[in-house]
Amino acid sequence: MIISVASGKGGTGKTTISVNMALALGRGVELLDCDVEEPNAHLFLKPKIERSEKVEVPIPLVDLDKCTFCKKCSDICRFNALAVVGKKVLVFQELCHSCGGCMVVCPEGAITETGRELGFLNFGARDGIGFINGRLRVGEAMSPPLIKQVRAAANPRLITIIDAPPGTSCPVIAAMNGADFILMVTEPTPFGLHDLKLAVEAVRLLGIPCGLVINRADIGDRKVFDYAEKENLPILLTIPFDRRIAEAYSQGKNIVEEFPEWRQCFTELFRKIEAIINERGGAHA
Amino acid sequence: MREIVIISGKGGTGKTSLTAAFAALAKNSVFCDADVDAADLHLLMQPKVVQRADFMGGCKAVISPDICTSCGTCRELCRFDAINEQFQVDTIRCEGCGVCVDFCPAQAIQFPVQRCGEWYISNTRFGPMVHARLGIAEENSGKLVSLVRKEARQLAEKKGADLIITDGPPGIGCPVIASIGGATVLVIVVEPTVSGIHDMERVVDLAAHFKVPGMVCVNKFDLNVEMTETIEQLAQERNMAALGRVSFDPAFTRSMVEGKTLFEYGKPTATWQQVRDIWTHIINSPSMNTLGIVDLKSTIQ
Repeated sequence: MIISVASGKGGTGKTTISVNMALALGRGVELLDCDVEEPNAHLFLKPKIERSEKVEVPIPLVDLDKCTFCKKCSDICRFNALAVVGKKVLVFQELCHSCGGCMVVCPEGAITETGRELGFLNFGARDGIGFINGRLRVGEAMSPPLIKQVRAAANPRLITIIDAPPGTSCPVIAAMNGADFILMVTEPTPFGLHDLKLAVEAVRLLGIPCGLVINRADIGDRKVFDYAEKENLPILLTIPFDRRIAEAYSQGKNIVEEFPEWRQCFTELFRKIEAIINERGGAHA
Repeated sequence: MREIVIISGKGGTGKTSLTAAFAALAKNSVFCDADVDAADLHLLMQPKVVQRADFMGGCKAVISPDICTSCGTCRELCRFDAINEQFQVDTIRCEGCGVCVDFCPAQAIQFPVQRCGEWYISNTRFGPMVHARLGIAEENSGKLVSLVRKEARQLAEKKGADLIITDGPPGIGCPVIASIGGATVLVIVVEPTVSGIHDMERVVDLAAHFKVPGMVCVNKFDLNVEMTETIEQLAQERNMAALGRVSFDPAFTRSMVEGKTLFEYGKPTATWQQVRDIWTHIINSPSMNTLGIVDLKSTIQ
């Protein structure tokens, strides 16, 4: 079972909800931090990191002894990642999307592949809760291939909770596609609602069931609640603004540990999600 | 032309609320929303669109079933698992590389350019604004960011504006890299939390990587004063000025609900003064007032 926690707007509480739900459920859960640009879940779950793995994507390597400078490779590349200038072939690594087209088209077999470092995968655990995160190398632009690697490393036998990046474009899609349920964390403000609507459109495109957590539920206005009703989006949990929660968060402390009365709420949140998934015919895996 | 880009690393630290507050203080400026993925600045600026245009991004493969011979070449070559057994293209998975198009022996694959969003030139009560809306689940956000920044620059030159104020996206990836290249200075908005500080360090590394000078301001500083001090110290160590502190103030949310900036809501408060002081620091900073000389100290030595 894969639950992806997303939001549209940043800073609404994705990481808080993912980590606290993982802690409330305990053993049998694996938390994947797919916000590879700014991974934060480890600061709250505090897992023991057991190993790290470098992640690379393939990029072309041209053998100039075999190359006839026919330019077929630079002609086929849609991303302008190759240029043939005189007796040189320039490879612009950061523009390459690793499609392999240049390698297939080269009539001389002069192109093989080497790797470009995208970042790292870190594997760890805490109290039986599995943990994987991806960390994008600073200066690297492409996060989706790294997000896909984090997802590919997940143990399918466990309950997977994904902490997704903010936004509505390709990185979020990579963190939501193929999930059994999308949990949207929002706040009842104009920014929260505006970005939630965009994120819900993206989820509908993927055809995945979706429910809401409304964080800081008593700030702002009531429009998020009206929207949820109109769009038939179940509100699975509301958390009022509490300065004590905000201060605990600032220090890296978790709601279920600091305020144990909340543990039950997060377990129930999961049960509700599970019920919705089962109603729709069960999880994919 | 000078450009201030407001970024944060972590989302939800107050980039857009502060950008709009700065807009209310700035004179003779053009505004730019570079968070094309989840643009919010327009909710406070209430722009009246005067010009709109399509944003054409990459291409996507479409297989014509009448011509397709089901030979399987495309499925073999596609590295993105975007073609299923019925030879239909999953547009979400399609990367737009065109390898299938080029190698299809029956030439059964079309490759139409996609309309990936829209961009706008607008008028607001503070001055002109360039903004955009990326289509849902679309790629090429970096390309659209570069486009709106370029248009903002052209508009600023045409209008004789002195300054561009750009609201940036969260993170450190493609759209952020497209937002910061060539900026005069970055204003990094940090919240005093363990995640805020972690994300700030990565965004500071990014600024250093692309050699763009940065300055730091702490929002919601009173949530954790100790952490605020750590952030300011860290900023100094990284050769970035600490611009000041903004209180955790519900007036930001309340003004947002009314579609207003901080300075258009209620009576003047201590928070108003904090934001004014930060704006004064930004405008008077060496980075904004030297002609490309970023590190004054090293220049003197």
